Amino acid sequence: MKILVCISNVPDTTTKIKLAEGNSTIDTAGIQWVINPWDELSLTRALELRDDAASGIKSVTVAHVGPASSEPVIRKALAIGADEAIRVNANSPDAYYVAAQLAEVIKKEQFDIIFCGIESSDYNGSLVGGMISEFLGIPSASGVSGIKIENGTAVVTRDIDGGKEILEMPVPFVAVVQKGIAKEPKIAAMRGIMLARTKQIKVYEPSAVEPLTNISVFEKPAPRSACRFIDAENPGQLIDLLRNEAKVI
Amino acid sequence: MSVLVYTENWDGKFKKLTFELVSYAAAVAKMTGSSVTALSIGKVDESELRKLGNYGAQKILSADADQLSVFDSQASAAIISEAAIKQGAKIIVISNNNTGKAVAPRLSVRLKAGVGSGVSKLPLDINPFTVYKRTYSGNAFAHVVIKSDIKILTLAQNSFDPAETPNNAAIEKFDVHSEILPGKTKRRDIQKQSGKILLTDADIVVSGGRGMKSPDNWAPLVELASALGGATACSRPVSDEGWRPNEEHTGQTGKIIAPNVYIAVGISGATQHLAGISSSKYIVAINTDKDAPIFEAAQYGIVGDAMKVLPKLVAAVKEIKK
Repeated sequence: MKILVCISNVPDTTTKIKLAEGNSTIDTAGIQWVINPWDELSLTRALELRDDAASGIKSVTVAHVGPASSEPVIRKALAIGADEAIRVNANSPDAYYVAAQLAEVIKKEQFDIIFCGIESSDYNGSLVGGMISEFLGIPSASGVSGIKIENGTAVVTRDIDGGKEILEMPVPFVAVVQKGIAKEPKIAAMRGIMLARTKQIKVYEPSAVEPLTNISVFEKPAPRSACRFIDAENPGQLIDLLRNEAKVI
Repeated sequence: MSVLVYTENWDGKFKKLTFELVSYAAAVAKMTGSSVTALSIGKVDESELRKLGNYGAQKILSADADQLSVFDSQASAAIISEAAIKQGAKIIVISNNNTGKAVAPRLSVRLKAGVGSGVSKLPLDINPFTVYKRTYSGNAFAHVVIKSDIKILTLAQNSFDPAETPNNAAIEKFDVHSEILPGKTKRRDIQKQSGKILLTDADIVVSGGRGMKSPDNWAPLVELASALGGATACSRPVSDEGWRPNEEHTGQTGKIIAPNVYIAVGISGATQHLAGISSSKYIVAINTDKDAPIFEAAQYGIVGDAMKVLPKLVAAVKEIKK
């Protein structure tokens, strides 16, 4: 079986976001780009499965929709251990466009399990994984926090309201992945970094797809009012303020 | 521009987020000069369905065939899109919860409808149709223009106040014509805790960080949450250490919540933590370090030792709840 991990490149999660060009975009100067956290965890779990001979997973491919300038993030995924990489040579105007491009790649290359992060930490859309499964007409499991392969069957654990559900998924399917899928993201070793330098990244030109949305302008969040400090010796005053001033308890 | 709102049920019952959704749909309909139809899938009693009318649904469609009781995102998307087409709906409103995140993207592809995901206020404009959404994990907000004929809005929980006015809406049975294939996915097991307030539903959340020092120190925090009728949460290091269960982790990679009040105890307030809680209406910080960044996000703060402060807070809450 083959796994595809869809990866997005996002600003490092500690980045202070600044706006540029009349607030139509973010200021990318000095931003450290990283693999989207959930995609990185998905990749880690995919590689664990591949490295377990009993799983029947033969290879792990990563796919990314982005211009050539986003290749460092793909190289990072290869350095961590992905076998192959695909880049669709296009910007990512919206989730629908990105999902349509990835669905085309999957049709051509055929994968059994497709991992997508629950959201990307930049657009926070939670859309691409579900869209890919509908484009391909295949089942999906959302909120996946665990996956294992038992005698060739993929068994996923997904979080539901107030609990967990264990599902046996028929392949091919899309796993929309959240926290818990792997403990810690796998870190590239020196050997992996060397190997990744010479690996080929397969580049596809995009299909003609019309995005359905666009961002006209960004805003910074409104600043919060200053903190009002309450004497630690008399914390009951906090309860009084929450009840009578904020009116929330 | 008729508005269709999908109202999920939990064992045949609606909850606060359902009424937030219907009220939101009614407000959007008002902006566009149209009306709201609610769609319920699965078995829900007539008395429960009637409640939807009180929040602004003019018509209630109930698709209640037996095979529709088990959630399947493919089937749900097929039914919602069938209803949207029949009703001529141009705007579809869904929750941004787990179900909504599974259904909305499928619906988007079926109807070629752009999605404004996780919106937290009414559309900013009708022409061009522009919504306001959180991006960069709360570090920026975007005005998103939806260009497609049909638009899907997924509403963030606890971001819109439900408005109730008694109203008798017509309930119609909705016969599903879409071919609903039996799901190929097999459910092996389901584990559910009952009687516990869900973190994502809670109006009040009390959350502990590494400053709590030991998992053995949680009792007064849990007691405060229960005295306030709220839920408990924790920061990432706490769940990573196994002090508290994973599902309590709030933050960028954990749960993203927006309660009325979030009480952060012994949490320093790293960017990644704030990403999960910054939409809370009020943030309260209790921390020994007066320079902790959590105080910059908080409206109320106490500089002090949680082990001394928490029992006093519990006593004060019990006093007012008498």
